Amino acid sequence: MAEFLYQLLLTFDATIRVATPLILCAMAGMFSERSGIIDISLEGKLLMGAFVAAAVAAITGSPWLGVICAVFACVIFALIHGFACITHRGNQVVSGLALNILASGLTVTIGIALFRQGGQTPVLGKEARFRPIEWPLLETLDTVPVIGVIYRELISGHNTLTYLALIIVPICAFVYYKTRFGLRLRAVGDVPKAVDSAGVSVSWMRYRAVIIAGVLCGIAGAYLSTGQGAGFVREMSAGKGYIALAAVIFGKWKPYTAFAACLLFGFLDAASARLQGVEIPLIGEAPSQLMLALPYIIVVVVLAGFIGKASPPTAIGEPYIK
Amino acid sequence: MSKLSAPPLPVWADVILLPILNLLAALFVCGLIIAALGENPFEALIVMINGAFFYSGSLGFTLYYTTNFIFTGLAVAIAFHAMLFNIGGEGQAYLGGLGAGLVALALGGVVPALIVIPLAIMASALFGAAWAFIPGYLQAKRGSHIVITTIMFNFIAASLMVWLLAGPLIQPGQQSPQTPKFDVSTHLPTATDFLNSFGMSVANSPLNFSFIIAIACLILFWVIVWKTKFGYELRAVGHNSEAAHYAGINVPRTIIIAMLISGAFAGLMATNEILGVQHKVILNFTSGFGFTGIAVALMGRNHPVGIFLASLLFGALFQGGAELDFEFKSITREMILVIQGMIILFSGALAYMFNPYVARLIYRVTQAKKAKHG
Repeated sequence: MAEFLYQLLLTFDATIRVATPLILCAMAGMFSERSGIIDISLEGKLLMGAFVAAAVAAITGSPWLGVICAVFACVIFALIHGFACITHRGNQVVSGLALNILASGLTVTIGIALFRQGGQTPVLGKEARFRPIEWPLLETLDTVPVIGVIYRELISGHNTLTYLALIIVPICAFVYYKTRFGLRLRAVGDVPKAVDSAGVSVSWMRYRAVIIAGVLCGIAGAYLSTGQGAGFVREMSAGKGYIALAAVIFGKWKPYTAFAACLLFGFLDAASARLQGVEIPLIGEAPSQLMLALPYIIVVVVLAGFIGKASPPTAIGEPYIK
Repeated sequence: MSKLSAPPLPVWADVILLPILNLLAALFVCGLIIAALGENPFEALIVMINGAFFYSGSLGFTLYYTTNFIFTGLAVAIAFHAMLFNIGGEGQAYLGGLGAGLVALALGGVVPALIVIPLAIMASALFGAAWAFIPGYLQAKRGSHIVITTIMFNFIAASLMVWLLAGPLIQPGQQSPQTPKFDVSTHLPTATDFLNSFGMSVANSPLNFSFIIAIACLILFWVIVWKTKFGYELRAVGHNSEAAHYAGINVPRTIIIAMLISGAFAGLMATNEILGVQHKVILNFTSGFGFTGIAVALMGRNHPVGIFLASLLFGALFQGGAELDFEFKSITREMILVIQGMIILFSGALAYMFNPYVARLIYRVTQAKKAKHG
């Protein structure tokens, strides 16, 4: 039993690591979608951010410079999305798709031109990555049963970006619920006309929302390649942007519920990795493919209205015409 | 700049001039990227054109890619006519491969080729349609956003296929996740064999009978959309589903049928890849062709002629792009993805960016002409 609980604890620990990029991307998606801009380009921005962070960290040796440049690159992507969707009222899904394909191509193309390693960046050394932070008093607390091991495995030993992601959630919630910006953000995705009548620019609100999405995706990307991983490999985002989008929908476009959805999806991912090939009593071999597909299945079921009703922002996907 | 202030665009400018301008803009940006990577964009263009059309056997490869894009482009286009955005072509084609594979594995060598091949082709369309049915049904009856459900179904299809190919369908005694090879009787005739049998000697290429099916589908598409009652209903729903509803059209039924046809077209892509080339079901054989179908439909303005031309363009891009690997140090075939992304961006999301400028220019020119003659 103790062994099982310890394994569970380790799975929770892995959950946090896997969920970090999901959380950041989900918050990004929430801002964008709440303002009325569909963002399937979370995936592309995540990939772009991962590449730029690793490339800059590999060249300069500084992970922080990597994050900054990743954020910068993702904001440019977000601005292209905004330019197409807000300024030119283009189809938001098409624009997002274009950015995703562009990211797939650009990361590998530039990667090969820079490093000539088949699209990867060189493996990053310790100093060029975000290292796990050991919390104080680890030895002292080790002597305390239960709490000691939770403290060591679950709370301590993540890197800066993970803690940043966990802090960003309440900040997003605060901005979302308690600030004037948040109020207008929610309004602009539901009744843009009302926001316009109040003398607030719909376009500028939406531009700010997609820029925030870009910043958060940049951090998420940097986490993938310079925190969790040690360098960029092609297609390393591997659908995480879409899972984050699924979490936004499952979380009904709200910060804490989206966060909870990210943890759930992260847990499924972590558990399926841990259970690969393990025989479970009564079930047989663990259905790891099913567990990986579960987030997508859940979203389909939720969208179909079989579990509660998913209510997207009313004006989502519609360009605003004055 | 408001669209209202621009004078209306003549049809020829909307259908021919704007798409060409958008394409040129996309290629221009790609040229800048190639130049930034330290290579000559014009040389790259020449290599791609030679690689797509003039090297020995290259035309066959180009048309083989074209075949894929005709299928996936038609899939996206038919749904577009009902204002449905089917991003699920990738998953539907994947499942189509499963259908074709199951028939080929079960009946290959058991019944003659003339029976098993049509059955396998039908199975690929049927499986593709079935995979599109659920998102279509959920959109029509439960109002689920079809974009999101079809994206999710792509991932569910991917998981399902990994499970099947690594489990129940794996070739016994093999490690790599793929089915056993199909019996020879299931292989589609290739263009190379066909032409060689007439005494013409042509280089080997994967071009096969699927190309004929694709051309037939283009014609079928035109008939369905513009010559049948269903096509009328389809376009009516696309233009204004509320008005269509009041005109007595069964909107949910139209949506579901549109998605079934869409899925069937996507599924047929598997005939080219699975029955024509691979002769076994492998992982990720769809390799993004489903997504390219969106670009094809956008560029082709959802019309069979446009779709054919756009498919040819992308076919040439894919085949010619492969040559980049051999000729240049700094650019590789991934450049195709960049070009593809730019084309989708410019001819899809930014489709009407040049609209007001072109409209004003044409307006001014025609006014000037009138003034001269008047």
